[in-house]
Amino acid sequence: MTRFNLLRRAIFAAALVPAAALVYGAFTDGLTANPIDYITDTTGTTALTFLVLSLTVTPLRRLTGKNELIKLRRMLGLFAFFYACLHLLTWSVLDWFFDVASMASDIVERPFITLGMTTFLLLLPLAVTSTAGMIRRLGKRWQLLHRLVYAAAVTAIIHFWWVVKADIREPRLWALALSVLLGFRIWWALRTRTFSRS
Amino acid sequence: MLIRKPADIPYSEVTPKSLYLRRREFIQTAAAGAIGATVALAPADTRAQSRPKLPNVRKSSLSTTEAPNDYGDVTGYNNFYEFGTGKEDPKANAQRFVPKPWSIRVEGLVKTPATYDVDSFIKPHPLEERIYRLRCVEAWSMVIPWIGISLADVVKRLEPLPSAKFVEFTTLHDAQRMPGQRVPVLQWPYLEGLRLDEAMHPLSILAVGLFGEALPNQNGPPIRLVVPWKYGFKSIKSIVRIRFTDQQPRNSWQVSQPREYGFFANVNPEVDHPRWSQASERRLGEFRRRKTEMFNGYAQQVAQLYTGMDLRKNY
Repeated sequence: MTRFNLLRRAIFAAALVPAAALVYGAFTDGLTANPIDYITDTTGTTALTFLVLSLTVTPLRRLTGKNELIKLRRMLGLFAFFYACLHLLTWSVLDWFFDVASMASDIVERPFITLGMTTFLLLLPLAVTSTAGMIRRLGKRWQLLHRLVYAAAVTAIIHFWWVVKADIREPRLWALALSVLLGFRIWWALRTRTFSRS
Repeated sequence: MLIRKPADIPYSEVTPKSLYLRRREFIQTAAAGAIGATVALAPADTRAQSRPKLPNVRKSSLSTTEAPNDYGDVTGYNNFYEFGTGKEDPKANAQRFVPKPWSIRVEGLVKTPATYDVDSFIKPHPLEERIYRLRCVEAWSMVIPWIGISLADVVKRLEPLPSAKFVEFTTLHDAQRMPGQRVPVLQWPYLEGLRLDEAMHPLSILAVGLFGEALPNQNGPPIRLVVPWKYGFKSIKSIVRIRFTDQQPRNSWQVSQPREYGFFANVNPEVDHPRWSQASERRLGEFRRRKTEMFNGYAQQVAQLYTGMDLRKNY
């Protein structure tokens, strides 16, 4: 196995750790006195982590010149979607137990829920079109479509920010990380444009 | 507002113990299904008492007949930002906290301003067990067997002046002992207050213990307020100052976000927090949400305190 494949497998295994830890916690009473809140928080934070990690791939590739890194991007993005699904399922099944009326009014009336749902809906087409076949079929439009990930990262962080009561240190850190990652892209675009002009 | 609720939730309505465990079971079953495994349930005995029992505690007719949450929930899932903002932070970070010696300064519009040692402050009053519901503004709740003294008795003993309309409480401010205070998430020291008639209500107590023993460090020792018909944040912990005043106190959460937290903070399922609904809550240990009761189920006792008040404005 090449070193890169080894790395890919290691990341895959590591990405399953948060889910495994929740399963283990469920059996050992390790999910605090309020397991549903704990699962909600953990799946949400993990989804955001993978979403932001997926956005580090392009900057890393540009900075290191290691183009094979691009092969990690889809996996990281799909793990973000996987944890976002668990997050949504926790909310709708464990928290509300399919109480559709309450969920619907929450989506409409609670801005942080609205944004959470928005984030999920932004990620959904990206997951659906992540297959090789879809990439081929969509051609240039694929890249355009997948720029939605920037919007999803922004809405995800605002969603987190708005759910916090007073201690905004963590969402602020995520916002900072995202600013750096998006800032890099702007800087890179400006730089390449300048170069191509001269 | 018309209050029709009974004073207390009858025992018949309380979730039976079998259901009480269903939430964890549900998660476990779901998890087991997901990984296609069968694993034996782990025992969940979290009760670990080592603290001395408080002597001569009387039972009270004001207690609810609902089953208390288990000791592990009450002492392991806390909002006490002085020791961190995570629910499990207080238990982890308060272990080295030593709530003694402890003195309480009584000041403001009171006959004799004075500083009391906490033991002599408590001593004139009989200890009572008060099993109360606690409803957090974050929409979870517990049932806690507090040990405390009647706040009304304390106020009477301290003799506020006729001009006093409110009583204000302050938590210890010492970032050396309360590391959470190094972070400016709230205005320190934590401050709370009650209208004098609320403080004089028989349900209001100053708690000094729970489960028959002195308050563990994460629950606000050596003395804290408990006002069961208000959201938990009103029940200020580790009190060092009691001040009688004619001005409505500017409580910490109100100062932090006035649109979201008011002075009264009465439990009210009809008035939502701007960011989430207050119509239902999750009793820790239960799987399904339950309806939140007006004044946390204490409407019959306390509703008359607020006659004629617009509870939407005075949230």
